[in-house]
Amino acid sequence: MLSYASKRVLIGIATMLAASIVVFAVLEVVPGDPARLMLGMNATEDAVRALQEQMGLNQPLLVRYFHWLGGLLTGNLGRSYTYAVPVIDLITERIAVSLPLALISLALSTTIALPVGLFSASRRGTISDTATMGAAQIGVAIPNFWFALLLVYIFAVTLRLVPAGGFPGWSAGMWPALKSLILPSIALALPQAAILARVTRSALLDVLGEDYIRTARAKGLTRRSVLYRHALRNALIPILTILGLQFAFLLAGTIIIENVFYLPGLGRLVFQAITQRDLIVVEGVVMLLVATVILINLLVDLSYAVVDPRLRGRT
Amino acid sequence: MALLDIKGLSLKIGAFSVLERVNLAIEPGEIHALVGESGSGKSMTALSVMKLLPGNARAEGQIHFNGTDILGASEADMCKLRGDDIGMVFQEPMTALNPVKTIGEQVAEGIRLHTGASRAVTEERTRAILDRVGLPSAKFPLGRYPHELSGGQRQRVVIAIACALKPKLLIADEPTTALDVVLQAQILDLLQSLVYEEKMGLLLISHDLAVVADIADSITVLRHGEVMDHGETTQILTEQAHPYTRKLAQASMHVPERSSSHRWDGDGTLLSVRNVERIYRGHRTGLFSRRETNKAVDNVSFDLQSGQSMALVGRSGCGKSTLARMIIALDRPTGGEIALWSQRIDDLSEDALRPVRRNMQVVFQDPYGSFNPRHKAERLVAEPLYLLDTPLSVAEKRSRVDTALERVGISPRDRDKYPHEFSGGQRQRLAIARAIITEPKLIVADEPVSALDVSIRAQILDLFADLNGRLGIAYLFITHDLAVARAITDTVMVMSDGKIVERGPTGEVLRNPRSDAGRALVEASPDLHKALARRIGEQG
Repeated sequence: MLSYASKRVLIGIATMLAASIVVFAVLEVVPGDPARLMLGMNATEDAVRALQEQMGLNQPLLVRYFHWLGGLLTGNLGRSYTYAVPVIDLITERIAVSLPLALISLALSTTIALPVGLFSASRRGTISDTATMGAAQIGVAIPNFWFALLLVYIFAVTLRLVPAGGFPGWSAGMWPALKSLILPSIALALPQAAILARVTRSALLDVLGEDYIRTARAKGLTRRSVLYRHALRNALIPILTILGLQFAFLLAGTIIIENVFYLPGLGRLVFQAITQRDLIVVEGVVMLLVATVILINLLVDLSYAVVDPRLRGRT
Repeated sequence: MALLDIKGLSLKIGAFSVLERVNLAIEPGEIHALVGESGSGKSMTALSVMKLLPGNARAEGQIHFNGTDILGASEADMCKLRGDDIGMVFQEPMTALNPVKTIGEQVAEGIRLHTGASRAVTEERTRAILDRVGLPSAKFPLGRYPHELSGGQRQRVVIAIACALKPKLLIADEPTTALDVVLQAQILDLLQSLVYEEKMGLLLISHDLAVVADIADSITVLRHGEVMDHGETTQILTEQAHPYTRKLAQASMHVPERSSSHRWDGDGTLLSVRNVERIYRGHRTGLFSRRETNKAVDNVSFDLQSGQSMALVGRSGCGKSTLARMIIALDRPTGGEIALWSQRIDDLSEDALRPVRRNMQVVFQDPYGSFNPRHKAERLVAEPLYLLDTPLSVAEKRSRVDTALERVGISPRDRDKYPHEFSGGQRQRLAIARAIITEPKLIVADEPVSALDVSIRAQILDLFADLNGRLGIAYLFITHDLAVARAITDTVMVMSDGKIVERGPTGEVLRNPRSDAGRALVEASPDLHKALARRIGEQG
């Protein structure tokens, strides 16, 4: 168990380092000089050079990389060129919107998908199975921004139950803040739930064909208890894999959904930063996203070992 | 009244008829063998009794168990019977246990379900039954997972699950087919003693008459879903009144005729293995502890002459397949030398091996698993031709394929078929055709007939013998089945714990083995003649 876990952690750290190099390098070759952009088109060469010096842009590449990397490790992500505040402050402010949004969506999609998958698998080949999976197929096919617009039209514009967009901030109280996250999280969660339900069903059906399921039935277990006691845990590995991948997609999905709902989250922050060539913000947010995805993958890998005893002795 | 009474059982799966008016009765304490080749409906008969048939199966007739009408019983009633009054043991111990649950949990589950006993009582009973099947909790704690056990040990767990509540009827579906002969003897012994202790009825399903001849009181022979022959074991097997029974019995003892024209006295040493060793490095148990090492093959030396047929026998895990893989250069030894015609091959690059590979080919156990299902027979058989130095024209290729197919007894017209369109025996013929197409001097065959039915297996053995005689191909047969070794090999080597512990002419070694490993194999090997002689002796 220990060796498996420590190896995963080491791999995670190495991936982080590799990602930091890629992120830094890519933004380095992208055209657009931040100093010139900040000062505007009419700035003098001297002013631009002075600002470059002040921002450390004229230092050698490696020096800047290690400076940036050192900053990452100490939580100092630099100052935003456009907002002129520390990037870390921008991120903490925005993550208060994006993280709850992603977590609510994940919880929502899992609570929908697992029971639906179980239901469908236990009634394989029946009309209810076909109907559920047909619905899931539609769910997979619908793009989430279109679905978001539909939700806004029905629940915000017509029924006026929730706001159509914007975020009052957590200071405005728990409920108003949550209320404005309801539609975005549904829009994010539903396509994910549809995929996860299909994966759950097929993973369960695969497992139900195994020999040990027959052994369990020969013990006198009912179909139902075999499903819950023997099949589900074995089917968890593919489900966890998809769940881990989906979290990464959820984070990417927030960029679109936050724009549809005018939510001041990370997605909108990075979108604006890109258009304004605020590279240091982009770098910070992207590294955060990378770190989150790696962390999630690490958690998924570790949970494999919890689910499947065969992996515990491995390295 | 019989414990289990099957009358006129017919079974259809979809439109396909699987069983036709099958009759079978088992008394308490009786061991009843259900024998037949694959597809004869043995397993479906067993699953009918358990009422665990596939969803589209329709059963007619009567199955009475201990006063219960099985076909009329509700699912809830069947759940009460299964695992309590009827236990079942399956063929494949490697997959019959849930990999994510401990063996204790899996044995205890049935006990708790049927008796509602407390945790402590359940645990005690679990320990008791695991102890009874030969897994004492001091060595095999309840917290072990299936993957930490060997195949034989897993089968013991499956038997513990089936026998935990002392069922009145135990159904064992090919319980030893996946095990080596020594384990097979142990497991059959265990089943037999459990049956006698508890006065259980046992329905023992097998494809091998020799296996059941030893322990079954009575026999039913099934073919294409119909009962061919049934009665008391010794009588059925000594008289062999029914032609099909006779055919099965003969096939299981079949020894191919071998021409002596191409016996190994010609061109000298073909394969030479010198002090070969293969060490596997295990994983570290801790960050700084040393890796465990495992010597799978330990200082093995032997010579194989041109045209010689040699058997390498041993129990599963003795290192025989590892040795075979090194000989065909799929794996490299960690020490020693392997030479073909005095050319060292164990250190050659894959490119340099090409001309060597032409001269040695391989046949594996599973004729289905070793073919790409999306390729036609012609392409599959022609595969090794890429080893030739000059590529063949399409016409030449086809003629080589046709010759190879004809040599193994398949019509060249079948070259456009896919693997699934061939029967199991034909597929093994295809595998052999593929092996001989480059006209090799050596074929390494790893358990080439153990997945086949007895009658097909007899044909394939004939084919091997014939090719040895006609083409002078040398064989190295890897097997745990002494009947195969006896049938077609001149010499035999017994392997145990990675070492060759005994070698000599096949007949001599099998008649009078001197090593412990050799003796264990010979004693455990099912033999129809010996079993019948013993039983007739017992009966007076």
